[in-house]
Amino acid sequence: MAPDTGRAPAGPEDPGPENPGHDDSGQKDPLAADGVTRIACLAVDKPMPLDCGRSLGPIEIAYTTFGRLNAARSNAILICHALTGDQHVLGTHPVTGKPGWWETLVGPGRAIDTDRYFLICSNILGGCMGSTGPAGIDPATGRIWGTDFPVVTIADMVRAQALLIDHLGIKRLFAVVGGSMGGMQVLQWAASLPDRLFAAVPIATAARHSAQNIAFHEVGRQAIMADPDWHHGRYAEHGSRPVKGLAVARMTAHITYLSEMALHNKFGRRLQDRGARSYGFDADFQVESYLRHQGSTFVDRFDANSYLYITRAMDYFDLAADHGGVLAHAFRGSRVRFCVISFSSDWLFPTAESRAVARAIAAVAGNVSFTEIETDRGHDAFLLDEPVFARIVEGFLDGAAGHAGIDRT
Amino acid sequence: MGPGVIRDAHGYPALRPDLDLIAGMVEPQVRVLDIGCGDGVLLHYLDREKGCDGRGIEISQQGVQESVARGLSVIQGDADHDLDFFPDDAFDVVVLSQTLQATRRPDMVIRNLVRIGRRAIVSFPNFGHWRCRAHLLIRGRMPRTRGLPYAWYDTPNIHLCTITDFVRSCAHAGVRIETSLALDSRGRVVRRNAPDGYANLIGEIGMFVLTRDRV
Repeated sequence: MAPDTGRAPAGPEDPGPENPGHDDSGQKDPLAADGVTRIACLAVDKPMPLDCGRSLGPIEIAYTTFGRLNAARSNAILICHALTGDQHVLGTHPVTGKPGWWETLVGPGRAIDTDRYFLICSNILGGCMGSTGPAGIDPATGRIWGTDFPVVTIADMVRAQALLIDHLGIKRLFAVVGGSMGGMQVLQWAASLPDRLFAAVPIATAARHSAQNIAFHEVGRQAIMADPDWHHGRYAEHGSRPVKGLAVARMTAHITYLSEMALHNKFGRRLQDRGARSYGFDADFQVESYLRHQGSTFVDRFDANSYLYITRAMDYFDLAADHGGVLAHAFRGSRVRFCVISFSSDWLFPTAESRAVARAIAAVAGNVSFTEIETDRGHDAFLLDEPVFARIVEGFLDGAAGHAGIDRT
Repeated sequence: MGPGVIRDAHGYPALRPDLDLIAGMVEPQVRVLDIGCGDGVLLHYLDREKGCDGRGIEISQQGVQESVARGLSVIQGDADHDLDFFPDDAFDVVVLSQTLQATRRPDMVIRNLVRIGRRAIVSFPNFGHWRCRAHLLIRGRMPRTRGLPYAWYDTPNIHLCTITDFVRSCAHAGVRIETSLALDSRGRVVRRNAPDGYANLIGEIGMFVLTRDRV
């Protein structure tokens, strides 16, 4: 089972090699039950090299699976989560008690149909829901990693996911699907492991993190590091947590996930639980109250150092720079079928960024579909019930499945 | 492949006659780009019947959605903005069916067509058709016909031309006309391989196969 909270760095339920949830039983049936968090122990024999020059191993990755792998092992879809998501794409989240983060899109009979496809959703390297990350123990010192944890990149996360896919005995994924940072992973998969996936669905994402996005992330990181409870990242040893800084980081980020129209429609200038202004600094406005709530619930499930590392990984992401400055080179010779999707009111990852990805793939005569979904709900639209979006994903996967020879069940 | 068939052997609706004509000009197994592909019906036909490797560009979200749902690869975009990014000779055939008149720079589009495709199949409503001429001559108003049903102020057709205009533009751009057809509004051929004044008078639709001029 999953660790009970994201913040307990090495609690009693932290799954070790002897943990019954540990999945090293071979490849007979990695899918016995839907939605159960398993921990795969990877890079055991030899540490995995990281982009920063250091290496890491063994690596533990927490993951869930849904549906059934077919006999040909050809119907597996890897779902990549966003910055603050985790492996609980479906089903009740063990910490928050809320539904999975992509219940709108994923599940039996839904656009990504678990009756037809076998889904794998892993917590990323550097995450805090059971995967190796800064809240874990450095085997070399026996201490909590904290900021001694190596800086990881999107490509490192994808390397770890590829080890997980090896571990599950799957040679080639039918598709890799993800939004936002998950979409970055999708693009990285297609660029660095094109032979290991048939189709790719990068959603509300970009081939590089823009200066504006890095700027917002820096505000969040500075909020965490300015919190006296952060203790240079060694807060666990001090018995404290930088909850205030992390909450502010979340509040800032949350604004970027919405659109002005979405905020206006949801809150306007309405006051919260009062008839008149207080002429003070209480949360007079509903929007303030909402952000404070977002911040305070986030700290219950997320580790502050993980937030630092993951935002940094996104900042460093630049697929063109990794290919001589020409994005198209990242996709040269690729036979992957792409479906690039953006949302019209997303100002964090605007449509122009997705269009640039689609054009780069077209420039090497690649196989790409691209569409912009009309919505006023901003970046977060990819997590919300957007019927047109769901139909596009469903139609694309269905068409790709036909080309991949995956039968209907 | 006559236009009289309602459904084909697979139970799919028969192609619109002009698309059927285009489909007949495309060889099996080739790479095709359909610009303004709508719901992808031509690409789907070429994929299914001729094993072509098809791509599309379509401006409407709904068209892209329907195309993608058919398993086709379609980019939401338009001929003015999204052709520059395709490499030279990326396709064997590029199709621009009833779209040229809605582009901002048809001349640039034509150049791009023969750059990225070995051959280009272009069709457009012929403004030189006698009914258009009569409409303007007698009524003194912008023609509204079956092929050009919009009022002058809300039409997407911003660059209407005649068959003669088109032929001259091709010569100017160094584009060779391999085949020329004048069609009636139902897509039936009324004049073949003579892009002359007569075709310009009786054709409601001009359809051309273009290639780069041999130098």
